Amino acid sequence: MTIAAPSFEWLELSPLLIVLVGACIGVLFEAVLPRRWRFNAQLALLVVTLVAAFAMLLVNWGNGATGLLAMGSVTLDGPAYIAWGALLVFGLLSILVFAERQLDNGATAFAAAASSVPGSNLEADASAARLEHSEVYPLALFSLAGMMVFAASNDLLTMFVALEVMSLPLYLMSAMARRRRLLSQEAGLKYFLLGAFSSAFFLFGMALLYGYAGSFELRAIDAAITAPTYGPGILYTGMAMLAVGVLFKIGAVPFHSWIPDVYVGAPTPVTGFMAICTKLAAVAGGARVFFVALGAERWAWQPVLAVIAVLTMAVGAVLALTQTDIKRMLAYSSVAHAGFLLVAIVGALSEVPGGQVNSVGAIMFYLIAYGFAVVAAFAILTMVRGNAGEVNTLAGWSGLGRSNPVLAGIFAFLMLSFAGIPLTGGFIGKWAVFSAAWRGGYAWLVLAAVVFSLVAAYFYIRVIVVMFFGEPNRSVVVGRASGMTWVPVAVGAAASVYLGLIPGPLLDLLAQAEVFLR
Amino acid sequence: MTLLETIVPVAATGMFSWAWLMIAIPALAAALLLLGGKALDKVGPTLAVGAVWASFAIGLALFVSLLGSPVEARAVSVPLYEWISTGQWTITAGLLVDTLSILFVLLITGVGGLIHVYSLGYMAHDERKRRFFAFLNLFVAAMLVLVLADNYLVLFVGWEGVGLASYLLIGFWQHKPSAAAAAKKAFVMNRVGDLGMTMAVMAMLALFGSSAFTAVNHGIGQADQFWATLIGLLLLLGACGKSAQVPLQAWLLDAMEGPTPVSALIHAATMVTAGVYLVVRSHAIFELSSAASTAVVVVGTVTLLAGAWIGTSKDDIKKVLAGSTMSQIGYMMLAAGIGPAGYAFAIFHLLTHGFFKANMFLGAGSVMHGMEDDVNMRHYGALRKLMPWTFLTFAMGYLAIIGFPLTSGFFSKDHIIEAAFEHSTLVGSLALLGAGITAFYMTRLMLMTFFGEKRWLDGVHPHESPRVMTVPLVILAVLSIVAGAVMNGWIQGWLEPATGAHPHEVSWLPTPIGWATMAVVAAGVLVGWLVFGRKPIPTTAPATVNPLTIAGRNDLFGDAVNNTLVVQPTMMLADGAVGVDQRVIDAGADGLATMFTNLSNRGRRLQSGQVRRYALGLVAGVLLVGVLMILSQLA
Repeated sequence: MTIAAPSFEWLELSPLLIVLVGACIGVLFEAVLPRRWRFNAQLALLVVTLVAAFAMLLVNWGNGATGLLAMGSVTLDGPAYIAWGALLVFGLLSILVFAERQLDNGATAFAAAASSVPGSNLEADASAARLEHSEVYPLALFSLAGMMVFAASNDLLTMFVALEVMSLPLYLMSAMARRRRLLSQEAGLKYFLLGAFSSAFFLFGMALLYGYAGSFELRAIDAAITAPTYGPGILYTGMAMLAVGVLFKIGAVPFHSWIPDVYVGAPTPVTGFMAICTKLAAVAGGARVFFVALGAERWAWQPVLAVIAVLTMAVGAVLALTQTDIKRMLAYSSVAHAGFLLVAIVGALSEVPGGQVNSVGAIMFYLIAYGFAVVAAFAILTMVRGNAGEVNTLAGWSGLGRSNPVLAGIFAFLMLSFAGIPLTGGFIGKWAVFSAAWRGGYAWLVLAAVVFSLVAAYFYIRVIVVMFFGEPNRSVVVGRASGMTWVPVAVGAAASVYLGLIPGPLLDLLAQAEVFLR
Repeated sequence: MTLLETIVPVAATGMFSWAWLMIAIPALAAALLLLGGKALDKVGPTLAVGAVWASFAIGLALFVSLLGSPVEARAVSVPLYEWISTGQWTITAGLLVDTLSILFVLLITGVGGLIHVYSLGYMAHDERKRRFFAFLNLFVAAMLVLVLADNYLVLFVGWEGVGLASYLLIGFWQHKPSAAAAAKKAFVMNRVGDLGMTMAVMAMLALFGSSAFTAVNHGIGQADQFWATLIGLLLLLGACGKSAQVPLQAWLLDAMEGPTPVSALIHAATMVTAGVYLVVRSHAIFELSSAASTAVVVVGTVTLLAGAWIGTSKDDIKKVLAGSTMSQIGYMMLAAGIGPAGYAFAIFHLLTHGFFKANMFLGAGSVMHGMEDDVNMRHYGALRKLMPWTFLTFAMGYLAIIGFPLTSGFFSKDHIIEAAFEHSTLVGSLALLGAGITAFYMTRLMLMTFFGEKRWLDGVHPHESPRVMTVPLVILAVLSIVAGAVMNGWIQGWLEPATGAHPHEVSWLPTPIGWATMAVVAAGVLVGWLVFGRKPIPTTAPATVNPLTIAGRNDLFGDAVNNTLVVQPTMMLADGAVGVDQRVIDAGADGLATMFTNLSNRGRRLQSGQVRRYALGLVAGVLLVGVLMILSQLA
C-alpha cells in the first residue's frame, strides 16, 4: 500500500499559516526571551504577523486564487476571503487594545498571575514585580487562527477542530482580568462549561450527519440530501444538533445565556475581541454550513431559524432595556445583533440576478459595519475609569458629554450606528440585511426585526441622553490612553462614518465575493 | 382666444452676459455688511448705496442697448448654470432681460437707489444702520432675481428672498412688540400665497417638465384648459399674498411698523407690485382661462375699493398711504386681469405709482422726521410753511395719484378706467368710483397734514429734513409729474415683445370717460375739502356710529375675518391634535414602553448567574429546535 504525499497549497494557505506560525513564535518568545523584552516583542510579533497575513491575503486575492485547499479541508472562496480579511483587521484592532498600559498605572488589563487567589499575597507580589501575561498575544493569535479555519472549513471535522482551537484560548483569556478577578474567573469557567456542553451537541450532530451522508465534506452532505439513501430522521436530528453548536457561538437565544456573564466578566479588551471576531467567524462558518451543506434542505431549517431569530432579537432588545451597566447592555445588544444577522441567514439563498448583494454580502457588510463600531465601543469602555478600574455603570457615565465631548461624541455616534440610524454604517448594514430577507420572502420577519430595532434604539439613545444631559459624575475620569486604544477608537469611528456615507465600494466588493465555492 | 405673439429670447452676448452682476453686486454688499461686523459701521451704508447705483448703471446700459436693438432682439436670455439636475428634470438658473424686466430693473434700482440715499439721512441716528442697509441691499438683490428670472423656480427664489427681506425690515425695530408681531404676520400671510406659488410651479413641472417661461408659455397652449385655470388661480393666490390683495391683504397695514424708507421701497414701490408682475409675466396662462382672468379682475376691483375705503378712515398717515397702495395695486391687478389691452397699462401704472407713492411715503417719512416720529395726522397741521420742500414734493405726488391732468397718474389711471369700461360697465364704474374715493382721502390727508391750524403735541418742533432726504424727494416729485407724459405714447409699443401686441389706441386728449373721471375726481376733492378743510380737526378721533367709518378704521375687519375663519379653526384643530397626541398616541407609547420594561424586568430573572440553569436552558433550546423542526415538517 502506498501513501500519497498530501498536497499542500502553501501560498494560498499562507495567511492562515502565518497566523499559526506567529502564535507558535509567540509561545517560543515566552520561553526564551527575558521578561522585560517580552511585551514589546510580542506586540511587534503580533503586528508583523497580522499585517503579513493580510498582505498575503491581498496577494492571493490579486492572483484570483480560489479552490479547495489542504486536501479539501479548507475552502478559499469569496466569503472566505472577506471573512479572513475582516478577522485579520478586527483582530489587529481589538488585540491592540490588549496592549494598553497607560490607563492602569503601567499595567495591562490582564492579571499579573492568573492563577493567584484574588487579594492574596501572591497576587500582591506579582503585581509589585510588574508581572504580566504576555501569553495573551499568542493565545489571541491561536484563537484568531481557529476562527479563520472555522469560517473557511470545507468539512465538519475541520470545523470542529477549528471550533475548539478558537474557543479554548478564549476561555483562558476571559478568566484573566486584573480587576474584579473573581467575576472574571467565574466567567471563564462558565464559558468553558457551556462551551464544552454545546461542543458536544455539535459533535453529536456531526456524527449523525456523517452517518447520513457517509462523509464530513459539506458538498458530500449536500449530494446526499439531493440523492438520499436514508430517511430524513437522522438528517434532521443531526442538523438540529449541529445548529445548536453554531447558534451557541453566534449567541442566539436560547443559547445566549453565557453572553451577558462572560462579556461582563472578561477583561474588556477580550470582550471586544470576542464580540466581533467570534461572532464573525461563527456567522461565516454557520452560513457556510447552512448554505452549502444543508442548502437543499433549507425548507427544514428556515422556519426554525426564523423563530430563533425573532426570539433572539426580542430577548436581546428587551432585556437590554433595563440594564444599568453599559458593558452588560452591550452584551445584550450583541445578542440582538445576532438576531438581526439570523434574519439575513434565514432570508438567504434567494438567487438575486444582476450581482446585487444577496444574503452573504449583506451578512458580511453587517458584520463589518458592526465590527468597526464594536471595536471602538469596547475600546472606549476601557477608558472611562474610577478608583477601582473601569466604570461601566450608566450612572457613572452621566455628564460625560460635558467633561469629554470628543469621546462622548464618538461613543454617541457608535450608539447611533448600533441603533441603525441613517448616515452610519449600522444603518446600511441593517438595510442590506433586511432587504436581503425581504427579497427572500421573509417580509414578516423583517417587520419583526424593524420593531425590535425600534425597541433597541431606546437603550442606545438612553446612553446618549445620560452622557449629554446628565449631571457630571465627579468620581469618574477619562483616562489618558495611548495609541493602543486610540487607534482602534479612531479607526472604528472613522470606518463607521465612512461606511454610512459611502457604502458603495464595500458593497460592490462584497457583491463580487459572496458566492460560496461548493 | 388666440395666443399673442411674444418673441423668443435671443442668446446673450457682450454686455448682456454680465447681467448677473446687477444681482451679484447688491447681494455681495449685503453679505459684506452682514458679515463684516463693526468694522463696516462707518462705510457700510455708503457701500450699500453705491452697490444699488452700480446695479442701476448696469441696468441703464442694458436698457439703452435694448432700445437700440431691433424689436425681435429685445429679449435676451442669459443662462447662468445648471441648478437642479434630477431624474426627469433639469433646471437651469438663468436670467431673462427683456422689455418688461428691464423696466422693473430700472424702477427697483432707480427708486431703490433714491430711497437708499434718503435712508442715509432718515436712519442717520440708528445704531443698527449697517444691518438696515444690508437688509435693503438683500432686498434689492432678491427683487432683481424675482424680475430677472427666466423661469418660475428661480423667480420663486427671488419671491422668497423679498419675503425674507420684507420680514426682516418690517421687524427691524424688533424691540417694539408691535413690529415683531407685524413682521410675523406678514411672513405667515405670505406663506399662504407662497403655497399657491409652489403648487403652481409643481403643476408646471409635472405638466411641462420645466418651469421656464418659454416652456410654460408654449406648453400651456397644448394643455387642458382645466390646468390653465388651476395654475392661473394658484398664481393669483401667490400674487394676492405678495401684493396684499383681498383676501390676503391684512398684513400690509401692519407692515407700516417698519422704517418709512422700507414702506416706500418694499411696501409701495416694488415688492408689493410683484403680484402684478407675476400676472403680466404669466399672461399666456391667464389668456387661456377666462375663469382665472376674471378672478384677477374681481380681486383687483374689490381690493381697489377696499383699500380706498380703509384710506378714508385712518388717522395714521402711513396707514392711509398703505390703504392707498392696496387700492392702486388693485387698479393694476384689474388692468392685468382685463387681458391683452390691460398689460401695458398695468405696468404703466405700476411704474408711475412706484414714483409717486415712493415720493409720498418718503414725504410722510420726512414729516415724521420733523414730528418726533408721530404718525397721527390729527397731531399735524399747518406744516406747509415749515416744511416747504416736503410739502411741495408731496403735493406733486398728491396731484399724480388723484390723476390731475397731465400728471403721471392722470395718464396711467385713466387708461385703466377706460379699459375697465371696455371690459364691463360694472367694473368700469367701480374703478371710476375708486378714483373719486382716492381723491377724497388724499385731499383729507393733505388738508390734515399741511393745512389748517397746528395741532402739534407739546415739545414737538417741526423742521425741514436735511438735503440728503429732500433731494430724492425732488427727483421723485419730478418723475411723479412727468413720467406719465414721457411714457404715455411709448410704453405699449415697448412692451409688445414681452406681452404681445394689442390694438388699443392711446389718445392724448381726454375721452368721454376721461372727462367723467376728471369730474368724479374733482367731486372727490371738493367733498374732501368740504368735510375736512373748513372746520378744525379734532385732535382725537371723534366717536362715530357711521358703520362705514368703523369698518374702515378696523381695516374692514380683515383681522377679525382671518381670526374667525382661519386662526380659530386652526387653533382648535391644533388643540385637538395635541389632545389626541397626549391621550392616545403618548399614552399608547408610554403603555408600550411600560410593557417592554416590565417584560425586561421579568426576563432578567432568567439570567440567574447559575451555570446549571444555563445548561438546562441550553437543553430546553435543543428541545425547542427539535419541536420547531417537527412542526415545520408537519406544516
